[in-house]
Amino acid sequence: MKKTLLATACLALGAYSQTSLADMSVAIAGPMTGQYASAGDQIRRGAEMAIADINARGGVLGEKLKLEVGDDACDPKQAVSVANTMVNRKIVFMHGHWCSSSTIPASEVYNESDIPMATVSTNPQVTERGLANIFRIMGRDDQQGMVAGEYIADKFKGKKVAVVDDKSAYGKGLADEIAKAMTAKGMKPALREAITAGEKDYSGLVTKLKQAGVEVMAYGGYHTEVALILRQAQQAGLQLTVMGGDTLTNSELVTAAGPAADNVMFTFSPDPRKNPEAAPVVEKFRAAKVEPEGYVLYAYAAMQLFEQAANSAKSVKYKDLEKALRGGSFKTVIGDLNFDAKGDQKAPGFVVYRWKGGQYDYAQ
Amino acid sequence: MAYALQQLINGLTLGAMYGLIAIGYTMVYGIIGMINFAHGDIFMVSAFIAITAFTLLAAADVTSIPLALTFVLIVAIFFTSAYGWAVERTAYRPLRGSTRLAPLISAIGMSIFLQNAVQLTQGARVKPIPPVIEGGVVLWDAPGFTVQIGWSQLLIIVTTVVLMIAFTWMITQTPFGRQQRACEQDRTMASLLGVNVDRTISFTFMLGAALAAVAGVMVTVYYGVVDFFIGFLAGIKAFTAAVLGGIGSLPGAMLGGLLIGLIEAFWAAYLWAEYKDVATFGILCLVLMLRPSGLLGRPEVEKV
Repeated sequence: MKKTLLATACLALGAYSQTSLADMSVAIAGPMTGQYASAGDQIRRGAEMAIADINARGGVLGEKLKLEVGDDACDPKQAVSVANTMVNRKIVFMHGHWCSSSTIPASEVYNESDIPMATVSTNPQVTERGLANIFRIMGRDDQQGMVAGEYIADKFKGKKVAVVDDKSAYGKGLADEIAKAMTAKGMKPALREAITAGEKDYSGLVTKLKQAGVEVMAYGGYHTEVALILRQAQQAGLQLTVMGGDTLTNSELVTAAGPAADNVMFTFSPDPRKNPEAAPVVEKFRAAKVEPEGYVLYAYAAMQLFEQAANSAKSVKYKDLEKALRGGSFKTVIGDLNFDAKGDQKAPGFVVYRWKGGQYDYAQ
Repeated sequence: MAYALQQLINGLTLGAMYGLIAIGYTMVYGIIGMINFAHGDIFMVSAFIAITAFTLLAAADVTSIPLALTFVLIVAIFFTSAYGWAVERTAYRPLRGSTRLAPLISAIGMSIFLQNAVQLTQGARVKPIPPVIEGGVVLWDAPGFTVQIGWSQLLIIVTTVVLMIAFTWMITQTPFGRQQRACEQDRTMASLLGVNVDRTISFTFMLGAALAAVAGVMVTVYYGVVDFFIGFLAGIKAFTAAVLGGIGSLPGAMLGGLLIGLIEAFWAAYLWAEYKDVATFGILCLVLMLRPSGLLGRPEVEKV
């Protein structure tokens, strides 16, 4: 009995000294597993590199940063439990989640526990609920949908355009905005459809598009389904151009869709890789055999955001951090960041890209 | 009309694949009375084996499509059957004779295990292959709409029909089929009469896995894309097909699969695609209300 007590005491002591020596924890959360795991992977690579760089500079306020990784698999329920775990681990800053449907419920938890967060989720509701702890370093679906919708109405005049979504918070929100912007410019969608994400067979949809004589499909959803739809369209002898949102930056689309990916256009923030200030970081990623595409540099920027805010506030207490984030202007690899009262980035801007031979570039 | 025909072809292709997987569910249920929830993931594993085999062949510069397909089918059937056998041996046989719930839970565990094992070893990314069989035949060049059937679609339908005939023959005519049916009716009695029950059950699992392997190869050929998650939805749909047709009944599983494929295709074609799954499961509920044991299932007789 005594021995057990002693052992427990030792263990407790060990645990105690461990927490007292612990570094400052920051966290990322997103789909590390599940069908959108490649986006989670991008976020993790970006954040890991950023943390290593920050620690090499001496950390934040004299303390080394430690990265916690939460996996929500894009499941809202799991996202809330990840959020609770992260709160228990006493993180001081969160970058995440990725799917809007995960970010929205999880942000309530961080808000209650006074944890500031940066996110790339694009659903308007992320910042429309009046939560003071959210800072969005990406544009919003209503802006992104407007850019895509107007582009379609301008460039594809006279063609039949279908608007399709995958019924997710992100996909439907985006598709609705695209349809609205198109209609405002006097172009009515020829078809409005929805599919179930995660399936493999979209031949029904493809046949329907073919029957309606659709040439352009505006799509709200993720890259996996776009790849399948394109492949099946090609099999059915349908030439289809796809216009989608920021999720189609994923190069997995090209491997999965093959040459048909050249018919994919999407809106995304101006490419941060083209940013001259990001050049050294981009070089570093490439040297480490990581292409800093998609969300990689955003995750890097989120960590820079935290570093600069904490340094200027000289504190990581929520009140100080929040004030610093709201009031400050931050130089990051994705450009200068400053936020409005809702927590949206002041100068977001979306541009239309097109995939070509495995690379994407601004569309003509 | 042309449009309906095209959707019919789509539905038949989809239904054939659901049917092939559904047979695995129904056979296992018939013989040991449990739902093998890991069956969908066995199908997923087979798709990965197929994609690996295709990649190897491409590396070895094999260009003959029939040769490649035969090779991949054999490889996939062999390894997937081994998986089916191993799953039964490790997760279900030790639990035989315990409560009904125990193997069900271990089936769910096995399903999660397989999913995660594939994800960790193969990565979470989607694995694509370039189209294996391209093109098709134009069946009908109607004004405004061309009906065409892809060679891969044709392959799926023909393979399924051939397999079904062979399978029915096997169950009704061969000694193994007789043993299998004997175990289904009464395991204790069958063992008293000299049937090796354990071996028959193992073989049933392997056979179910082999059919899932064929479906896995077909999916790889047809869609060209696999990921570790495909087993989940396919498993659920195939399980539904098995229940719709009457679980435990082999023709029922095939019929259920075809029906679900057709319902999905036509509902999406003429009504709202977003309510496709609602329709499928709604019809399942309706059928179960009117015929609780499914379309071709026989009501279970309580043996005293």
